[in-house]
Amino acid sequence: MTLLHIAVLAPFLFALLVPFLFKYLRKIHTGWFVMIVPLVLFIYFVSYLPTTSDGHTVMKRFEWVPSLGINFDLYVDGLSLLFALLITGIGTLVILYSIYYLAGKKERLNHFYVYILLFMGAMLGVVLSDNIIVLYVFWEVTSISSALLISYWYTKDASVYGAQKSMYVTVFGGLTMLGGFSLLYVMAETFSIREMIAGSDIIMNHELFLPAMILVLVGAFTKSAQFPFHIWLPDAMEAPTPVSAYLHSATMVKAGIYLVARMTPVFGGGAEWFWIITSFGIFTMLWGGISALRQKDLKAILAFSTISQLGMIMSLLGAGSAAFYYMDGDNALYTTAILAAVFHLINHATFKGSLFMVAGIIDHETGTRDIRKLGGLMTIMPISATLSVIGLAAMAGLPPFNGFLSKELFFTGIMNVVQYDMWNGDTIGFILPVIAWIASIFTFTYSAIIFFRTFRGKFKPDMLPVKKVHEAPIGMLISPIILVLAVLVISIFPNMLAYTVIEPAMMSILPGILSEGSSFYVDIYHWHGINLELTMTIGVVIIGTILYMTMDKWSKLGIYQKEQDIITTVYDYGYDALIKGSQLITRAQMTGMLRDYLVYMLIFIVGLMTYTMFRFEGFHFSMENASDIDLFMYVILATLSVTIILLPKVNNRMTAIILAGFVGFLVAFIFTVFRAPDLALTQLMVETVSVILFMAVFYHLPNLTKDNIAPLTKSINIVVAGMSGLMVTFVSISAFTYGQMTPFEAISQYFIENSKSLGGGYNMVNVILVDFRGLDTMLELLVLGIAALGVISLIKLRVGESDDV
Amino acid sequence: MINKPNNMMFRVFIRLIAVVVVTFSIYLFFSGHNAPGGGFIGGLMTAIAILVMYLVFGVSTIKESLPFNYTYMMSIGLLLAAFTGIISWIAGYPYLKQFFDYFQLPLFGEVELTTALIFDLGVYLLVVGAAMTFILTIVEDDS
Repeated sequence: MTLLHIAVLAPFLFALLVPFLFKYLRKIHTGWFVMIVPLVLFIYFVSYLPTTSDGHTVMKRFEWVPSLGINFDLYVDGLSLLFALLITGIGTLVILYSIYYLAGKKERLNHFYVYILLFMGAMLGVVLSDNIIVLYVFWEVTSISSALLISYWYTKDASVYGAQKSMYVTVFGGLTMLGGFSLLYVMAETFSIREMIAGSDIIMNHELFLPAMILVLVGAFTKSAQFPFHIWLPDAMEAPTPVSAYLHSATMVKAGIYLVARMTPVFGGGAEWFWIITSFGIFTMLWGGISALRQKDLKAILAFSTISQLGMIMSLLGAGSAAFYYMDGDNALYTTAILAAVFHLINHATFKGSLFMVAGIIDHETGTRDIRKLGGLMTIMPISATLSVIGLAAMAGLPPFNGFLSKELFFTGIMNVVQYDMWNGDTIGFILPVIAWIASIFTFTYSAIIFFRTFRGKFKPDMLPVKKVHEAPIGMLISPIILVLAVLVISIFPNMLAYTVIEPAMMSILPGILSEGSSFYVDIYHWHGINLELTMTIGVVIIGTILYMTMDKWSKLGIYQKEQDIITTVYDYGYDALIKGSQLITRAQMTGMLRDYLVYMLIFIVGLMTYTMFRFEGFHFSMENASDIDLFMYVILATLSVTIILLPKVNNRMTAIILAGFVGFLVAFIFTVFRAPDLALTQLMVETVSVILFMAVFYHLPNLTKDNIAPLTKSINIVVAGMSGLMVTFVSISAFTYGQMTPFEAISQYFIENSKSLGGGYNMVNVILVDFRGLDTMLELLVLGIAALGVISLIKLRVGESDDV
Repeated sequence: MINKPNNMMFRVFIRLIAVVVVTFSIYLFFSGHNAPGGGFIGGLMTAIAILVMYLVFGVSTIKESLPFNYTYMMSIGLLLAAFTGIISWIAGYPYLKQFFDYFQLPLFGEVELTTALIFDLGVYLLVVGAAMTFILTIVEDDS
């Protein structure tokens, strides 16, 4: 357990304190305490910057399940440090912002901050873990905490719907990814990402390569809201705005990007990886851009814009993976795409974070986010307007802001594909820059819509729920101001980041392809001369402006009236069908008759046993060396059999109970004969308890009636009962015979010898129960407890006739 | 369960029998490590004694004289069993490793004390709690 481990676990540990802080220090907003955590962590991670920018990495091990190769290994390199800084840096600002955003007296801050801290710790775990199983665990925790945060205002139906949707989509992706990880383990025989990278040759040539890659990519695509899994992100906007700014634009949705970047050295270098990621990314960019135009809600526009930008980063990662094919890191032709991806990742976090925060301010001060109701806020909220202008200009890719710089690099990176002389880059590759350019036009247009519809135009006070609209308090403005300052600083001095953050991150995405002693060429500047990229940007501005000017015309079209994504409709149908289908299956098997359930179980058990026994040739019958059976045993067994055969024929309940009890006591007697006093005692006790139970409820039981069971059902029941009996008999005899045939040492010998010396008791059964197999007992206790709770809920919380399961 | 049973013979004898049964169940619980018995059997037997009293004196009477919350009893038992395991964990051994040693105690002479006994006490409490919960919930159901 090193300081690095403690840093990852710190948010979880601090989350334990939050409820107490909330309860006993009501006067101070809980957020002030919580803010300390990311702030300290941010400073801590900054201290790693010199290490990574020198090209070094840090690896810390804490053994968790070493026997399975699962260790809590943390690995700091350029890429993970970049994400850790984003998580803690943006986290600090978001918590500061939330202190003012959630200032109401009735907010359940204890819940909010516990979830936020849970998320923060999990996210740090995702980006810093070297072990994919540990990564997976943290990955799912981010899904869960995200769903909890979306449903923070859980009384709203839309929040619950959004939370459920995000949960289904991302957990589906997570489980798929776990499948991919398992296949990776099969191929590489390690859970460590770094060892996989070292063995990527084996993985590339393995027949499981493609399935593993697709499964892992599904996980990354669901998390990073790539088409067609993007549908959960717009609905996640029901979360409080600090959450949207933090999870759903700056950090969590980038976990998929992180995973793709991290796995590029493992999977990259082939046509499949290149084309799948690039085409899905570029299409998501287009789809998100078109969808954003149709939205009327400020946050929904930003959500689709996030989808679009994530698609753009994704496509760049795909395009950049070609560097592994050429293995030429010194040539900027192949590495520019990765440079653009890393740079845009940082830029997007800064401008989109500030835009979300401003959207939250507008919502907070005017009471609505509907662009049809907003307008003319420029003079009323001048600071917010200024912040928006800069953020939007960066998003639209206007010079001189950082968005312009990364968009130019994006155009360069994606156009370089045309110059690749493999994977059809030179033939159909031209389609990528074309789509990228069209999508950029949409980006420009919706940025314009946000600004002009919110801050310009006519102020419509009668349409707003809040009567006296004014600028937000300064506390709420601090965080977006800091982010916008970051935008400006990066815009003016982009190369400040070049060799401290960006180049180390590129080193981690593209390891081992540089020639000795050299480094990636990272030089970002504004003026490249009049080249194709600049022309494309000018084209974007001109056509985007025309599109915005003619908005009144095309917004009348039917397709633009609909806000709902077509994939969401598919999802809703699928969801309804799933519920209906499972109800159908449940109703078909849940008859309410214990007898039916027994039949299901027995058929399954007998079937499985028969299959296994035949498959592994387990049946052996031989009665050699069996001890003689005394006469009285025959008598007991005969009595037992006769009673059991008679039992179903009895028509009087009292007689039936007595006979059943008799069977139980006979079994106890058999245990005694075979010198198993503990078993016999237990059997006696259980019989007694059942008799008491019968006596207690006897009064309420209806008279036994002759069941009108169909002959077919009856014969099925007889067959099933007979088969189970036969199966148990055969298995017992086979076990005996097999024990005679092979010199197996019985496990009982160990217990007989060690019961006293290791467990300190002469009663072997008890020592096994409490000591040798204590965990089994422990879990059985748990089962017993759960069963008792089940009885309580079945009887006390009984559903009415009309309620459905 | 009938709410006002009135059976003279039962009432007199059960007072004697219940004492014997409970005492014996406690004996079974303690002797479990070296002779037949243990938490499970002891617990069941205690439950039987209480149940028989319920049967004879009626639900309301026993509820007053033995006001246990059996759901709590279950959780205490489960926590106790889980907790003894953690002790060995803290000491650097695998979870649920049990320890034992022999001590000279006044009156009792040499006695073997084990952590397994605490674990078994958890079993005992949970079994009593669960058995009572099963039957009382079913019995008290009016609908």
